[in-house]
Amino acid sequence: MPSQEEIFEKVREALVDALGVDDDEVTPEATLQGDLDAESIDFLDIVFRLEKSFDIKIERGELFPEDILTDVEYVQDGKVNEAGIAKLKERMPFADLSKFEADPVVQNLGQQLTVRDMCKFVEHKLAAN
Amino acid sequence: MRWFWIDRFTEFVSGQRATALKCVSLGEDHLHDHLPGYPIMPSSLVIEGMAQAGGLLVSEHYGFKELVVLGKVSRANFHGHVRPGQMLTYRIEIDTLRPDGAVVMATAHVEGELHAEAQLFYARMGDASHQPRGVRLFRKRDLLHWLRLVGVFEVGVHPNGVRLRSSDYLFGEEELLMDEKDV
Repeated sequence: MPSQEEIFEKVREALVDALGVDDDEVTPEATLQGDLDAESIDFLDIVFRLEKSFDIKIERGELFPEDILTDVEYVQDGKVNEAGIAKLKERMPFADLSKFEADPVVQNLGQQLTVRDMCKFVEHKLAAN
Repeated sequence: MRWFWIDRFTEFVSGQRATALKCVSLGEDHLHDHLPGYPIMPSSLVIEGMAQAGGLLVSEHYGFKELVVLGKVSRANFHGHVRPGQMLTYRIEIDTLRPDGAVVMATAHVEGELHAEAQLFYARMGDASHQPRGVRLFRKRDLLHWLRLVGVFEVGVHPNGVRLRSSDYLFGEEELLMDEKDV
């Protein structure tokens, strides 16, 4: 199992290559959509790179659960309901969702996902292997 | 103008690699509109040519059943200009093939010199009959016509050397009749 530093370095490399950003822009606190301008197509690109770099398999929607965010059972008036929050926590144990819970507008989830969350996601995947 | 940015394939190995040619001619409108009086091939159209060659290679991997679209140009570098009378040779190597998309590495050479290199990312759109806003984006008949025009079934092979045949794919009467209903 690689160290946290090694995971961060590989995640940083994936983000630099996928998003065309500079090394120093990729900090643990940087948000993927807000700070690094990642668009939805970039998430698929990032997933491909992480799979290759860490030799892991990432299913569609595992890193970013679009299916929950577009499910009428979990979203009402543009906000994720309690059942949806519970589902998100179950699917995203790697992410800190406390800020999102305070104002669960669907668009906020992507805006708040950070590089640290992504590193934790990889740690979670490696531990599960 | 017709949106064909490769003239023909000279190599097409399923799931692995392809080589396609593009001859640049002063008869093409875009050379007169890009930089008037200084006819050079726009780099964006070199990317389009590489994307078309790579897109057909990726699409073949999925059995030509579904839409494959260029999702992103992850990286592209260009060296020098391409002028009328010159021929671009596009070489495509498959980098990643997944159920939801693919990545290819592409190069363009002119007279043996490297002109461009790019990494192209394709996303899979799902069912070929997908009709956003009621408009059908993809007709099997048009795709089959294009594949024949650029020689996919003349040079295309499986990795074991067995030739690709149009009858291996869903280009049967039933599929083509579905197209007719849309016309």
